[in-house]
Amino acid sequence: MRKPRKSVIRLKIWKRERDKEVGGMTIKKLFEETFLAWMNGETAIHSDIVISSRVRLARNLSEIAFPHLLNQESGQKFMQLINEAWQKSEFKELKQMELVTFENLSALDRKILVEKHLISPNHAQSTAFYQGLLVKPDGSLAVMINEEDHLRIQCFLPGLQLEEAYRRSQEIDDALEKELDFAFDDRRGYLTSCPTNIGTGMRASLMLHLPAISISGQSGHIFHNLNQLGLTVRGIYGEGTEAIGNFFQLSNQITLGQSEEDINASLTTISQQVIEQERMLRESLREQMKYQLEDRIGRAYGILTHARLISSNEALTLLSDVRLGIDMGMIPRISANALNELVVDIRPAHLQKKAGSDMDAVSRDAKRAEVIREKLQTGEEES
Amino acid sequence: MYCEECKLRPATVHLAQMFNGQKIETHLCEQCASQKGAIIFGADHQLSIANLLGSFLGGNYGIQEARSPVQNSSCPNCGIKFFDIRQTGKLGCAQCYMAFEQELEPSLRRIHGNRQHVGKIPLRGGEKVLWRRQIEGLKQRLQEAVAREEYEEAAEIRDQIKNLEKRTG
Repeated sequence: MRKPRKSVIRLKIWKRERDKEVGGMTIKKLFEETFLAWMNGETAIHSDIVISSRVRLARNLSEIAFPHLLNQESGQKFMQLINEAWQKSEFKELKQMELVTFENLSALDRKILVEKHLISPNHAQSTAFYQGLLVKPDGSLAVMINEEDHLRIQCFLPGLQLEEAYRRSQEIDDALEKELDFAFDDRRGYLTSCPTNIGTGMRASLMLHLPAISISGQSGHIFHNLNQLGLTVRGIYGEGTEAIGNFFQLSNQITLGQSEEDINASLTTISQQVIEQERMLRESLREQMKYQLEDRIGRAYGILTHARLISSNEALTLLSDVRLGIDMGMIPRISANALNELVVDIRPAHLQKKAGSDMDAVSRDAKRAEVIREKLQTGEEES
Repeated sequence: MYCEECKLRPATVHLAQMFNGQKIETHLCEQCASQKGAIIFGADHQLSIANLLGSFLGGNYGIQEARSPVQNSSCPNCGIKFFDIRQTGKLGCAQCYMAFEQELEPSLRRIHGNRQHVGKIPLRGGEKVLWRRQIEGLKQRLQEAVAREEYEEAAEIRDQIKNLEKRTG
C-alpha cells in the first residue's frame, strides 16, 4: 500500500478501479511537466514546418441536453454514463486515460491545460463537476467533456500525420461507442451542438510554422486562396486569435458531405503545397536577402540568449526567427523537441507553475527570460 | 482585391449594407474591419460566430415570419424554443434536429453546401445506413452488369438487393 501523498495539485481524479497500475502512470506529470507527445518532432515527417497534427471528433449522446443546457441533475446522469463507459472498456488506450473534472481543479491548472492545447479557453472557464477531460498522460489523446459538445475526442501528434491521428481518435470513438448511444442521423451524420459541425463532426488541423510566407508578405494572398478551398486559417490559440510567432492553424471547414478520409487527404495535399511554397520562399530569402536574414536571426538569437526580461509576444516572435535560423542552418542546432516545448513553457500559467507562486508582470518576464536562456543552452548541448 | 481603407492588405471582410433601398458594399481587410467595427456594428454588438449563426438559422424568415408559431414551438426532448436557437446559434439537444427539421434544413444546406453525410457510421444505430449504402453500391453494380449484358450476374445482384431491402423493411 502506498501512503497517500500530500499533493500540491488538488485534483479530482476518477481512478479506474480494476487498473491500479494505470493510475500509477501519474497524471501529475501532465500538470508539472511541459513535454507532450506532439512535441516530439525529431523524427516526424515535415516537422520543421508542420509542428503538429490534430484530429477532433465531436460526439453527443442522443437523449441528454447539450452541454450549455446541462444542470446538476442531467450533469450527474451524464457523468455516470461516461464514467461507466470508460471503466467498462477493454480498449487499451482508453484504459490508459484518466478522468479529471474541473470542480476541484485550480484556475491555474485549467490554464495549464489550455496552454498545452488540450482544452479550449472557454472550457477552462468552467468549474462544474460535469465538465473535464479524459486524457492520456502523454497528451496524445484527450477527450474534452462537455465543452461545446458532450465529447470531443482529440488526438495530437507531431509533424504531418493526419491519417494516424484520425485512426487513433476513431479507435477511442469506437471503444466509447460500444457503451454509449451517440446521436446519429442517416442523412446528417453525427449530430452536434453547433450545426457547423454535423456530419463527420471532425475537425482536422495542422499547426504550421510559416515564417518565410509571413516575411515575404505572401500570407494574405495564400490564406485567401486556402479559404476558397474550404479551409480555415487562424492563429494557434484557436478561434479569434491572431497568429503569434508565425504559427498558423490550418483546418477543414466543411463537415457534411465529405468522408473523414477525403477531408484528411485534401488537407494533407493542400498543406504539402503550402510546405513547398514555404521552402521555396526560404530559399529565395537566402538568395536575395542573405545578410538581412542572417542579421535578423542573429539578433533574435542574441536577445533570447541574453535578455533578462522578455514579454510573451516578443519571445514568440523571436523564437520564430530562431527556429527559422535553425531550419536554415544559420545558427547552432537546438533540438526540435526543445523548441516545441519552449513555446508552451513560456506561457504565463506554465511560468507560474514553475515559479510555484503568484507573479507580477516583471517577475514573470524575468522568469520567462531565464527559462529561455536555460533551454536554448541545454537544447544545444543535447544535440 | 485590396482593402478600401488601408489599400495595403487584401480585403477579406465584405460588408453589404442597405441605405434607403440602395445596396452599399464595403470591402475591408480584417484589421481595418475590426477598427471600423465599432462604427458599423455599434460598440457592444460583437459579430461573434454565435450571432452570425443565429441569424443564419432560419435566415429565410422576414420580420412578419419572426412572429410565426414555429418561433414559439419547443423541442419535446429538451424544451428549448426555436426562438432561442435563433438567438444563440446553438441547438438544445440532438432531438432538436428532428423537432425543427424543416426550419433547419435550408440553413444546414447553406452552411455545408451538402445535405447527405457520407463519412463514418457508428456500429450501433447505424445498421440502416450501412444497409442503404450497400444497396446503393449493389444497384450501381447491377447497372454495370446489365450494361455488360451479364444477365446471370445481374440476377444474382438483384436477389441480394431484394434480401437487403427486406431486412431494412
